[in-house]
Amino acid sequence: MAFIVPAELEAELNELVTHYPQKRSASLMFLHAIQEHFGFISKEAAEWIASKLDLQPIHVWELVTFYPMFRQHPPGRHQLKICRTLSCALGGAYALHEHFCRKFGLDPKAHGIQTTKDGSFSVEFVECLAGCGTAPVMMCNDEFHENVSLSKADELISKCQ
Amino acid sequence: MPQEYRLILKHADEPGYTPDIECYLRHGGYESLRKALALAPRELPDGKRMSAQEQIRDEVLKSGLRGRGGAGFSCGLKWSFVDRRSGKPIYLICNADESEPGTFKDRQIIHKDPHQLIEGMVISCFANDVKLAYIYIRGEMPEGAKLLNKAIKEARARNFLGPNILGSGYSLEIHVHRGAGAYICGEETGLIESLEGKRAYPRIKPPYFPAVLGLYQCPTIVNNVETLAAVKHIVAMGSGEYAKLGTPNNTGTRILSLSGHVKRPGYFEVEVGKVTMGELIFHENFGGGMRDGRKLKAIIPGGSSSKVFKAGETFKLKRKGPDGQMAAVDVGILDLPYDFDSLQQAGSMSGSGAIIVMDDSTDIVEALANVSEFYAHESCGQCTPCREGALWMSKALHRMTHGHGRKADADYLLHIAQNIQGRTICAFGEACAWPVLSFVKKFKDEFESRGAADEARHGSIQGATGHPTAASPGLPVI
Repeated sequence: MAFIVPAELEAELNELVTHYPQKRSASLMFLHAIQEHFGFISKEAAEWIASKLDLQPIHVWELVTFYPMFRQHPPGRHQLKICRTLSCALGGAYALHEHFCRKFGLDPKAHGIQTTKDGSFSVEFVECLAGCGTAPVMMCNDEFHENVSLSKADELISKCQ
Repeated sequence: MPQEYRLILKHADEPGYTPDIECYLRHGGYESLRKALALAPRELPDGKRMSAQEQIRDEVLKSGLRGRGGAGFSCGLKWSFVDRRSGKPIYLICNADESEPGTFKDRQIIHKDPHQLIEGMVISCFANDVKLAYIYIRGEMPEGAKLLNKAIKEARARNFLGPNILGSGYSLEIHVHRGAGAYICGEETGLIESLEGKRAYPRIKPPYFPAVLGLYQCPTIVNNVETLAAVKHIVAMGSGEYAKLGTPNNTGTRILSLSGHVKRPGYFEVEVGKVTMGELIFHENFGGGMRDGRKLKAIIPGGSSSKVFKAGETFKLKRKGPDGQMAAVDVGILDLPYDFDSLQQAGSMSGSGAIIVMDDSTDIVEALANVSEFYAHESCGQCTPCREGALWMSKALHRMTHGHGRKADADYLLHIAQNIQGRTICAFGEACAWPVLSFVKKFKDEFESRGAADEARHGSIQGATGHPTAASPGLPVI
């Protein structure tokens, strides 16, 4: 399947390149923009970015495998990222993660990304989200949520549906 | 009475205060930048002239401002190391990769008062002849990135940024660059690699001191969000007035992040060293004490990388006596002034100013397992001791928290940690070793009794697999 980037997005990317004296610097921002549009980074996407930035595909692929935010597979339509690190753990993050997993029939013991069969939600533990004073915190897609009680978690889910 | 002193966060939480430029201008925004750009060269008694840029750098040095990101190094000194004769461009990068567990202060500045950061950055860039600067914000703060991009656009429209700023002849561009979830990007040379579009493998020093060989092998300054915001205030009030805040060698204000088992977690801006650890945790103006019926057990004083304190610990601190002589004084953990030097003397550090409080309901082995899992996940993988060691520690702790501990695990953990620290390119080695070293040493009985109980239950000293395990050929089989 051919990898086609819409003209508007390509124009946005071309503008990003001008932010840097060296093209390669734009690769992280390219990956963000491509992932935002396509949901994940495919091999074709990495090759496309590489050719745009005069790089070898491995220079882009090594970023996809290094930076935790980049995904090689499509996630659920709504992505729930629950902070796992100490302050949130003290504040009930594990119970929150388990709550989501049980709700969606996922494995509460798995820390990595899990997606529901219907593809509507993915749930994962992430490391510190810098919201430790209002633990537990999580992200629902690009939105940051604080003091997430189990009832607040249910509200979040119903808003997504 | 111990209380907050809000300088950087003065307006942030006022009702009706918004992150747009109109609001910032109504509150005296960009006046410090005007002041900086209007500085006339000063004639010195020896006939030399001090440029406006040199005057600002001198002010920052005299203010005593120390980096708010973690290392607490003098900002003025850091700037003084910049190679200004190389003929190469000088870059400035704002480190907004706030990700040290426990820390959530930069988020407040970025979300509530982004123009304050932009103003501090423009002044700092002007003072260092920087024409192109970046804000490296962590990927998990997409809203912060949007707010900063909007702020930059607004500032450019008003000519506080862009070509010929306010007619001064000085031009500057700032761009926002997003990280993508890797903690190591907070390490300045890792951040630079990441900004160059590579894996964030920290660089070895020497020769890659950012002040000489930084971004694109050019001289580069990397400063924390809060540090750059403080520069604005140093210019506004003068270094003398700024240095009156706080305590000697620990000047100014600092935003502390308090989390964990306190009644009132949150961020508090204080004069550095004017408030003690005990006040931060127990005073009603700050943490408000432990939850009802709970007692203090442990404190992580400066982000999860710092060495843990145990409730009841005392330290020998060097203090000036009434006779003016330095003498060692016993200071209890709760009486420890929260500043750079006192925490260092007490064997830990104030790091990023993040205090995580644990009460007596905390399973200390679980807590360390949690922290170690973080470091195992975040090691960049470049240096073997850290890549392997962080994972071994996390695996051993995982085993201990899943019913397969051994009495010898405590010493095993210490052994691994001791073989990581000091043997890596960057400070991540220490960051993953210090929590293990301090937790295990200070709470050894809990680790040993946990392991002993598991052994008694399983009736053998063998590991979870049923086989004697050695993590590496160099380690004894235990």
